[in-house]
Amino acid sequence: MIEPVSEDTILITLAPAIDDTLPARIASLVDNIWRAGFRWLVDMVPSYTTLMVVYDPMLIDFRQLTAELRPIIHRLSTQAHQAELKSRLVELPVYYSVETGPDLQWLAAESGLDCEEVIRRHSSVEYRVHALGFAPGFAFMGQVDPTIAAPRKTTPRKQVPAGSVGIANRQTAVYPQVSPGGWQLIGRCPTRLFDPTNLSLLKVGDRVRFTPISREAFLAAGGELIS
Amino acid sequence: MSWLEVIHPGVQSSVQDSGRRGYRHHGLAAGGALDLISFTWANKLLDNPRHAACLEIMLGGFRAIAHGSLQIAITGARTRVAVNGEPVELWRTLNLNDGDELTISHSVHNRLIYLAVAGGLDSPEQFGSRTVVVREKFEGRGPLKRGDKLVPREPQRKVPSREVPAHQRPDFSSEVVIGLIAGYQYAQFQRSDILRLTTSSYTVSDQSDRMGFRLQGPALDCPPPGIISEGIAHGSVQIPGDGQPIVLLNDGQTIGGYPKPGVVPALDCSRLAQQLPGGRVRFELCDLATAQNQRRLFELHYQNTRWCQNGQALEWL
Repeated sequence: MIEPVSEDTILITLAPAIDDTLPARIASLVDNIWRAGFRWLVDMVPSYTTLMVVYDPMLIDFRQLTAELRPIIHRLSTQAHQAELKSRLVELPVYYSVETGPDLQWLAAESGLDCEEVIRRHSSVEYRVHALGFAPGFAFMGQVDPTIAAPRKTTPRKQVPAGSVGIANRQTAVYPQVSPGGWQLIGRCPTRLFDPTNLSLLKVGDRVRFTPISREAFLAAGGELIS
Repeated sequence: MSWLEVIHPGVQSSVQDSGRRGYRHHGLAAGGALDLISFTWANKLLDNPRHAACLEIMLGGFRAIAHGSLQIAITGARTRVAVNGEPVELWRTLNLNDGDELTISHSVHNRLIYLAVAGGLDSPEQFGSRTVVVREKFEGRGPLKRGDKLVPREPQRKVPSREVPAHQRPDFSSEVVIGLIAGYQYAQFQRSDILRLTTSSYTVSDQSDRMGFRLQGPALDCPPPGIISEGIAHGSVQIPGDGQPIVLLNDGQTIGGYPKPGVVPALDCSRLAQQLPGGRVRFELCDLATAQNQRRLFELHYQNTRWCQNGQALEWL
């Protein structure tokens, strides 16, 4: 479904609910629209079930825009399988520990597990990037094993260190920069998720796997222990 | 070489152009001048490129010294501006000589003042734009500081004396009426809540900044529950659980999960952004075609008009 939301923006909705095939489909829709090289294209914001497209209203109006996008969206349903095959796997090392994950023990107690089991369950699943937002390079990934899914903190922290790996309900993410935040923190990743030259490491549709690493490996990879 | 040396940067001043294009999928805000109308006029006065960077001065309280002679234009909030203590007018070109002191007093009526220089401000580009999004905290991209230099890209270029015709200056003084294009979750809101939103008067809260403007007034009774996070258009009206609307602006987040009954068109966001805390705002439903026509007319006016010789009026090409 394509609907206008403002004088220069439309929203394409691909499904009524989140499912694991959507990130790859939305990513390939984004690719196809970039590749078409439309002069009127200003910005695109993919998310869980939607793609927002910003256009230049001096060059096109909503009706023409719909006519240009509709065939690309229709072609997508036949390409879903290829999109799935093309998606990229990114491995992110994580030093899971009490010193880098101040909520690890709480989360373990809450789930009735020990810390090692929480780590195992978080790092044994392949995640999908469903959306980017909140801050530059902040990727929302799903789905976290329901046994370790935990709600956001009622009072967010004023300062979450860069690289912190958190859980909020069935989503997980790595904080690219120091920022306020309410996710339950279980470890820290030494990889930079955003820098001004290379932009965001992750994009919608990527597959992500977290690999537990030791304190030494974390420090050797440039990780910092400051809290 | 001529430039302006900043003595008092004001409450918060930052370099702004028309914002970034094509970076929102990285989670980067669009940025750009909050008041598109005043920003555009500042550039038009100097025949600058449409997207040239200006200084956006929030709430005034600004002082600078000219080094060398340079031409500037100041538009936006009604406030006292003086050169060497002598009052000068806004909405017109202004020639500064070496050593002149420019002061912009605290603005008590509106929020934003734009200062343009010939050819636009020369400042480093990042993500294809000169906009400064302070909340993203990128190195070297903070608010203006004492001692900063404001350098024109074309210091030699000068235009004849000009002034924006009185009838074309935006009026920010009265209660502003801003359009609401029905969209997003409009249909999921109760009819009574849509009526409440479009018939009540709201007050701009002091919790308003470049990310968004919080409004206070009759709370919507039962907004729909949270939604699956989706892209947030510039001007989106978010209704969180407390039922008080937030209009999301240039530095806002790219995605969000609060329900939205619609979007305020860009030109109306400019009028909203000029309001100080306590300012009154009303929403009025407006259709997409009207909003699109107003925006096109605004852009066409910039592209397809030129200044008459006397500098007092513009003519269509």
